[in-house]
Amino acid sequence: MDLLRFATAGSVDDGKSTLIGRLLYDTKTIFEDQLEAVERSSRLMGADYTNLALLTDGLRAEREQGITIDVAYRYFATPKRKFIIADTPGHIQYTRNMVTGASTADLAIVLVDARRGMVEQSRRHAFLVTLLRVPHLVVAVNKMDLVDHAQSVYEEIRDEFTAFATKLEVPDLTVIPISALNGDNIVHRSEAMPWYEGPSLLHHLENVHVASDRNLIDVRFPVQYVIRPQSQEHHDYRGYAGTVAGGVLKAGDEVVVLPSGFATRIAGIDTEDGPVEEAFPPMSVTVRLEDDLDVSRGDMICRPHNAPIPSQDIDAMVCWMTDTPLTAGRQLAVKHTTRSARAMVRDLRYRLDVNTLHRDEEAEFLQLNDIGRVQLRTTAPLFVDEYRRNRATGGFILIDESTNSTVGAGMIVGSD
Amino acid sequence: MTTAPDYRLSHLQALEAESIHIFREVAAELERPALMFSGGKDSIVMLRLAEKAFWPARIPFPVLHVDTGLNFPEVIDFRDRRVAQLKVELVVASVPDAIERGLVQPEPNGSRNRIQTPVLLETARQHRFTALFGGARRDEEKARAKERIFSFRDEFGQWDPKNQRPELWNLYNGRIHLGESIRVFPLSNWTELDVWYYIGAQELEIPDLYLARGREVFERDGMLYAANDLCPPRDGETVFTAKVRYRTMGDANLTAAVRSEAETVDRIIDEIAITRLTERGATRGDDRVSEAAMEDRKKEGYF
Repeated sequence: MDLLRFATAGSVDDGKSTLIGRLLYDTKTIFEDQLEAVERSSRLMGADYTNLALLTDGLRAEREQGITIDVAYRYFATPKRKFIIADTPGHIQYTRNMVTGASTADLAIVLVDARRGMVEQSRRHAFLVTLLRVPHLVVAVNKMDLVDHAQSVYEEIRDEFTAFATKLEVPDLTVIPISALNGDNIVHRSEAMPWYEGPSLLHHLENVHVASDRNLIDVRFPVQYVIRPQSQEHHDYRGYAGTVAGGVLKAGDEVVVLPSGFATRIAGIDTEDGPVEEAFPPMSVTVRLEDDLDVSRGDMICRPHNAPIPSQDIDAMVCWMTDTPLTAGRQLAVKHTTRSARAMVRDLRYRLDVNTLHRDEEAEFLQLNDIGRVQLRTTAPLFVDEYRRNRATGGFILIDESTNSTVGAGMIVGSD
Repeated sequence: MTTAPDYRLSHLQALEAESIHIFREVAAELERPALMFSGGKDSIVMLRLAEKAFWPARIPFPVLHVDTGLNFPEVIDFRDRRVAQLKVELVVASVPDAIERGLVQPEPNGSRNRIQTPVLLETARQHRFTALFGGARRDEEKARAKERIFSFRDEFGQWDPKNQRPELWNLYNGRIHLGESIRVFPLSNWTELDVWYYIGAQELEIPDLYLARGREVFERDGMLYAANDLCPPRDGETVFTAKVRYRTMGDANLTAAVRSEAETVDRIIDEIAITRLTERGATRGDDRVSEAAMEDRKKEGYF
């Protein structure tokens, strides 16, 4: 059994909560007491049927206001896979939550109401999915029961979305007609839509091939923590612990360590369960090197002829996540892999309208939930890759040093 | 655990790798962490993952136990044995002590759940802990489903659900000002079943209370409680022997057992796979109060 992380985007109106409730219910993830609590609440709110959406509205403030405040994580499993859902609210002001949820996702489901078709919000969601380079996109055309399960409605939305997706470089698009309320095409192919010959949603989630989505070519091992036991038994042990961010590491491999540039070989790769022959993403391992070098947290182990570019000038798409606007000249802290530095915003090249994809080059600031192209100058070099090449070495967060809040998420486009 | 030639990890390997990453990140970035250990299955797995994260070095932070004074004795034995094996420092935050000093008062129903919070916060302050690892999982409860892996707490230990730090990729923000702290939940993405699979796969030792045995019990409010000094039967409650096990290790006076035939971890997994009640709803008298009980407690600084 392996793991698939997916994000869902859409609003309550699109039936997103109902869809998640349906997936949990049909995979028998929901427990009796949870269902009873929801049935109780549904009755109190005067609903005719059990509102599966209530299963996912976690906080009291949300239940009272009927809105979703934050990213919620849900879990279910089938005999084939374990699934982690990042359930993100769809309203315009919550771009930040969707970006957060999509950052770790292998797949994203964008919900479209069959009666309304592709709307501004659908375009925005699809754009954010591609900006975060989620490798697989599923468009779930929901509420097919309300359009008489009409093939033409589905096909029109599918064709419109496919045309839009080619502009966005969507690597893998699947469009599925569903009714979350009735469970059509969720677990099994629906008898109400015999014209649909594709997979049910769950079948697709169980079988979509995600292993090749990782970068297994460019070796990237950001040193996270230096392990020196200082015990009698392991007197001379010195290991570099971390999570493999790219490529495959093997004992005996020639490597270089950035920023020093010293070359050595991997002496061994350890885990508490014993040595491993190969380490690949996202394994957490401890690497020992043949030579005694001065290596510390924030350094990067890579291959001699395939190293990331050390750079203090970062060109990135930034999603801004706080009320105080981002302007040129602003100083921030940046965290990239296991390395932290300070950064100054040198230039805001443009603000991107996520609905029209129009670039506003006159923009002087990014507000909460805005996305723009930003030039940063950092106090120390970062070892960066393009985000499109490696999400783990191409992404970074921005932190406000006075409040310590995470205020921005960056995806590296290039470096100078 | 062996790795497949096609460079795929099983779901348990992926979860383990993520948890180990979290432990190392905290040890690298926060000055004085501590691991909250209750003797329950989640904290047993958490402690094992911490051991793996720093091997062959010792775990570089102490283990903190909030002792309500109402623990099952087996749990305390288990704790002491594990701490000795790992050669880690044990810090005990004593609730009975705090009651004696007048810091807190037990609730009328005998629950010491809520009053653990001030005792925990006092101990964390005294030891100047800046990060506390907790074994909470997001599948346990609705409020937890929305809590971050790095959960920022103000100087009063409070959680503000509307003001959480966005958490992207595996980049965690552990920056704090003096007096503030972070609660860290390395098992956030594990489910109850994942925890059991891991205990089985890694052959982890667990307190015997988790396994089904013939035990002296009585019925109260539709739940089965073990008859012992901490939880004597009241008038009209008859003691009988039943084959039961515990799904959580709460206080002995308020944690009920469930009927079970599961004498091994594998059998527990079989039973859980078909169980239709969440673990808290089934056996924790103290969590039945309201749907928002956990949300309120967390805001006050509870685990």
